Amino acid sequence: MGIIQTNKLVFEYIRRDEEGNAEGITRAVDEVDLDVKQGEFVAILGHNGSGKSTLAKHINAILYPTEGTVLVDGQDTREEAHVWEIRQKAGMVFQNPDNQIIGQVVEEDVGFGPENMGVPTKEIWERVEESLKAVGMYAFRKHSPNKLSGGQKQRVSIAGVIAMHPKCIILDEPTAMLDPNGRKEVIRVVRALNHVEEVTILLITHYMEEVIYADRVIVMDQGRAVMQGTPREIFSQVERLKSLRLDVPQVTMLAHSLQKKGVPLPDGILTAEELADALGYRKG
Amino acid sequence: MAIVLDHVSYIYEKDTEMAAFALKDICLTIPDGQFIGLIGHTGSGKSTLVQHLNGLLAPTGGHIYYNGKDIHADGFDKKELRSRVGLVFQYPEHQLFEVDVFTDVCFGPKNLGLSRKETELRAFEALRQVGFPEEYFYQSPFDLSGGQKRRVAIAGVLAMKPDVLVLDEPTAGLDPKGRDEILDRIAALKAETGITVVLVSHSMEDIAKYVDRIIVMNRGSVLFDDVPAEVFRHDAELEAVGLAAPQMTYIMRTLRRRGMEVGTDVTTLEEAEREILRVLGK
Ligand SMILES: Nc1ncnc2c1ncn2[C@@H]1O[C@H](COP(=O)(O)OP(=O)(O)OP(=O)(O)O)[C@@H](O)[C@H]1O
Ligand SMILES: Nc1ncnc2c1ncn2[C@@H]1O[C@H](COP(=O)(O)OP(=O)(O)O)[C@@H](O)[C@H]1O
Ligand SMILES: [Mg+2]
Ligand SMILES: [Mg+2]
Repeated sequence: MGIIQTNKLVFEYIRRDEEGNAEGITRAVDEVDLDVKQGEFVAILGHNGSGKSTLAKHINAILYPTEGTVLVDGQDTREEAHVWEIRQKAGMVFQNPDNQIIGQVVEEDVGFGPENMGVPTKEIWERVEESLKAVGMYAFRKHSPNKLSGGQKQRVSIAGVIAMHPKCIILDEPTAMLDPNGRKEVIRVVRALNHVEEVTILLITHYMEEVIYADRVIVMDQGRAVMQGTPREIFSQVERLKSLRLDVPQVTMLAHSLQKKGVPLPDGILTAEELADALGYRKG
Repeated sequence: MAIVLDHVSYIYEKDTEMAAFALKDICLTIPDGQFIGLIGHTGSGKSTLVQHLNGLLAPTGGHIYYNGKDIHADGFDKKELRSRVGLVFQYPEHQLFEVDVFTDVCFGPKNLGLSRKETELRAFEALRQVGFPEEYFYQSPFDLSGGQKRRVAIAGVLAMKPDVLVLDEPTAGLDPKGRDEILDRIAALKAETGITVVLVSHSMEDIAKYVDRIIVMNRGSVLFDDVPAEVFRHDAELEAVGLAAPQMTYIMRTLRRRGMEVGTDVTTLEEAEREILRVLGK
């Protein structure tokens, strides 16, 4: 069984007027079946308001299903006794690097999670060290977080999550506010955690380029998971993605436009190297 | 109607031990009708700079002139300036506070003293311009997805019909279509009305596609100020300060390295396509 499983998950937000009376209902997640295997890297794409964040918040028990179930490592998120454990197993990283860091010193911030979990002091420090090394921020352990760049802050947030030894990390647009370099740093760290530590990754993003490393891509539309496949399978469907308000990586788009102009190229080219190959330019 | 920054410096928390320069001796002229891209690593001072353009922050050194008048001189009408120079903040949630989306977008034009009818017309038009769905007009702005909030914040500023539109990372968190819609809409608005646009962005692709001048910030100073083709030629320097050239530039470099005789002074999809077709003889 997968580490994350949702069965016909439905979530409805109830909109209320000023007096608190129910005014209407938004079905933000609509019968989503998800089955993520331990160690898998899954990317989630979807237009604004398609339900990505709402889905993500179910996985670490911030929200609970209106209908259907969510199992994390076999545990039902609705069972109160599991909530604490589930939040430990599935850590979240959010968009805004400034809202997630609370400590005055980097290492202190990263230590908060394990400390709250009741991890013994000696082990806390071991975890802090190992987590900061994993994200390449160990040299900054004595720094004040508000002096760091956006990309560095996000890596500290990720270290804070790793220090809880989660099986799974959910990143909700972690690079949306970062400069190009910060974006690269964060994606590099995410991929390394997935490869080396075999942490399960759920990455929500609006940057198509970040998705090409995923094992699987899920596309959401109006609360539903409407497409699933490898990056190549998904990005071969340029027109379909555009109709879902999405895009493809720049090189894929370039190949697609060339194709339309009569250049014989396969669908779903994902890198410049692949484009060179397909155009007949041999390596070396 | 130019905005002129004359040796502008800014220090946050001046007179404390935390004091540090966020802007250092900036000299810039923003003439009418330009589409300017402002780029720089996080913390380079972009947001600090743009908040000077409408007088929200006052320089700790130097002067800022709007139409030749010092905006911090006695008697200068700051309120008028803020409606002429419309600023969309980096974090939309900082700007939304009314009970529902529509009322929120009405706030600006209402404050300009416009009639209720004109106010509502403008709010309606602005929400349409940013592609905000009508069914959510009367929803609390706090119950929106990130991208929806962003659209409302931009609409609130558009509804004031400013002469200069300053957008601080307006597309962060928008879906790809939404990003294109907003930027296309702003480009069209600029073409129609001649409005000046300052766009802060981390997307080198968007910058390459839309702007006619790029200002590059690095640690509070201006590193480059030139047309896009010139700025993006300095890719190594850009990378050294946390930035990059647009992806198309790197794609073309790879093709060239692999033996295809393409030019590499390319920043957009259209240019890349044309260049490859040229080499292929099509
Ligand atoms: N707190 C809330 N109360 C009521 N409705 C909400 C709330 N949060 C989100 N919604 C609604 O639920 C739907 C899904 O929102 P969600 O935040 O999950 O989208 P998303 O895919 O993460 O979008 P984005 O790409 O903009 O972050 C939207 O229609 C949104 O307006
Ligand atoms: N409210 C603030 N108080 C103190 N320092 C700040 C504040 N806002 C920004 N700074 C500092 O000023 C510098 C420039 O920041 P900012 O203008 O936000 O850059 P950018 O928008 O390019 O990311 C950074 O060193 C940042 O830490
Ligand atoms: Mg979201
Ligand atoms: Mg900023």
